[in-house]
Amino acid sequence: MSFIAPELLRIVVGMVAVMAFVALNVLVLVYAERKGAGHIQRRPGPYEVGPHGILQPLADAGKLMGKQLLMPKSADPILYWMAPILAFFPVLLLFVPMPFGPVLTVQDVNLGLLLILAFAGLNVLATLLAGWSQNNKFGLLGAARAVSQSVAYEIPLLLSVLCIAFQYGSLNLSTIVEAQGSWPWQWNFLCQPLAFLIFLVSAFAETNRAPFDLPEAESELTAGFHTEYSGMGFGLFFMAEYANMVVVSGVCSALFLGGWRGPFFDGVWWFLIKVYAILALIIWVRWTYPRVRFDQLLNINWKWLLPLATANLFATVFLIKLF
Amino acid sequence: MSALKKIFQPVTDLWSLVVGLQITGRNFAQRQVTVHYPRQEVPPEVNASYRGPIQLVANPRNAAKPKCTACNICVPACPSACITVVKAPPPPITPEQEKAFQEAEARGEEVERPAAPREPIIWINDFSLCSLCGVCVEACPTHCIEFSHDLYSVGTSRKDFKHDLLAPFPEALRPADYKPEEK
Repeated sequence: MSFIAPELLRIVVGMVAVMAFVALNVLVLVYAERKGAGHIQRRPGPYEVGPHGILQPLADAGKLMGKQLLMPKSADPILYWMAPILAFFPVLLLFVPMPFGPVLTVQDVNLGLLLILAFAGLNVLATLLAGWSQNNKFGLLGAARAVSQSVAYEIPLLLSVLCIAFQYGSLNLSTIVEAQGSWPWQWNFLCQPLAFLIFLVSAFAETNRAPFDLPEAESELTAGFHTEYSGMGFGLFFMAEYANMVVVSGVCSALFLGGWRGPFFDGVWWFLIKVYAILALIIWVRWTYPRVRFDQLLNINWKWLLPLATANLFATVFLIKLF
Repeated sequence: MSALKKIFQPVTDLWSLVVGLQITGRNFAQRQVTVHYPRQEVPPEVNASYRGPIQLVANPRNAAKPKCTACNICVPACPSACITVVKAPPPPITPEQEKAFQEAEARGEEVERPAAPREPIIWINDFSLCSLCGVCVEACPTHCIEFSHDLYSVGTSRKDFKHDLLAPFPEALRPADYKPEEK
């Protein structure tokens, strides 16, 4: 064993655990999403497969894997097949600096936040490639929307994250979590409420979730950027969307809600409780609000979020310098 | 002042987002309205307002016969051409009767040949074509067609949807070669 570096071993074990965590979460979230949608619309949601439909996500996964993988004749084969892989696999990397617990982190990275924000950008590229390579007008429209939306919303997201980073002088998520106290009034969402709200709204847009799900807008663009994908090609985009939701919730909980710190017993359970609370909010929001129009989407960003985030950043910097 | 108000209108409008979440949250907590069909059935009062496949009204004087007079007005009225009605033929006349009629006619008397009964012998609604528009119900001069309240009308073949509307009437007239279907 001596020829294997312990660091490498830790990363390998961590990545395997992350893959299992992501796969499990996708199954749970798909079920939670459909049940939530059902109950909000006062119907039962999936009900027939297993007790209360609990095996429905497994059945869906089996169906997706069993389906034929198709590609349009005029599509670009390399880019077409690269897109779903590019959408899903970088997401696993985003879990590397995620502070699940006091010691439960795959790899404590000094620039953890930067790593997450940088590799989250690959998702936009995957969406663009998917929409562009399939040579389909709906796909192309979806890709164009995805790019203009993600590029726009990344700016207020970064600005609100910067507020926290400036406050603690660190881009390491574990440091930021440790610096927050165990009680809710010591968490960042109270001293940075505006940044918290801006982060949440931008996170909805970054993960292409309703009310900002314009790239796939099923009533306008059939399925947007993944129109032509079948079977697991679509499945990977689907998994990437849910994994991205988990990442966003994890970052939000670490930055603004104290991460694994909580009343009485610090630990991984507090992190998970917060992550699932945010995920529940994301699902709740999806089944509440109608999709915004594209001009409204950009207006919200450029006219409201961006000036507010900039002002918030300036105020933070000013107060830090002052005290 | 109004300019300021215009600028901050979107901020106050944000409250509507909270109202929306409240509404869906309340619906989430409330009882479901779905009826899990094979295990549960809807209450009968829902059935009463359901407009299912058409059926014939029973004759008020003899409930074992339909009220239908086989006037055939519903047949052209149906926009989907899914109704088939055949009127009963006049009763068969024996050669002796025919001879007697002809002799009477030859004497210049007015002969009253036996008329066909005003009843259908075939009344088929092809439910695979029917759109439940209700034009036949309105067109019927004797009000003998009505919507049934049958929620659970199912069939496994095309033949199952050729509804024989005379089936519930045991004393309805039938063609000579009619064989009642076994169920």
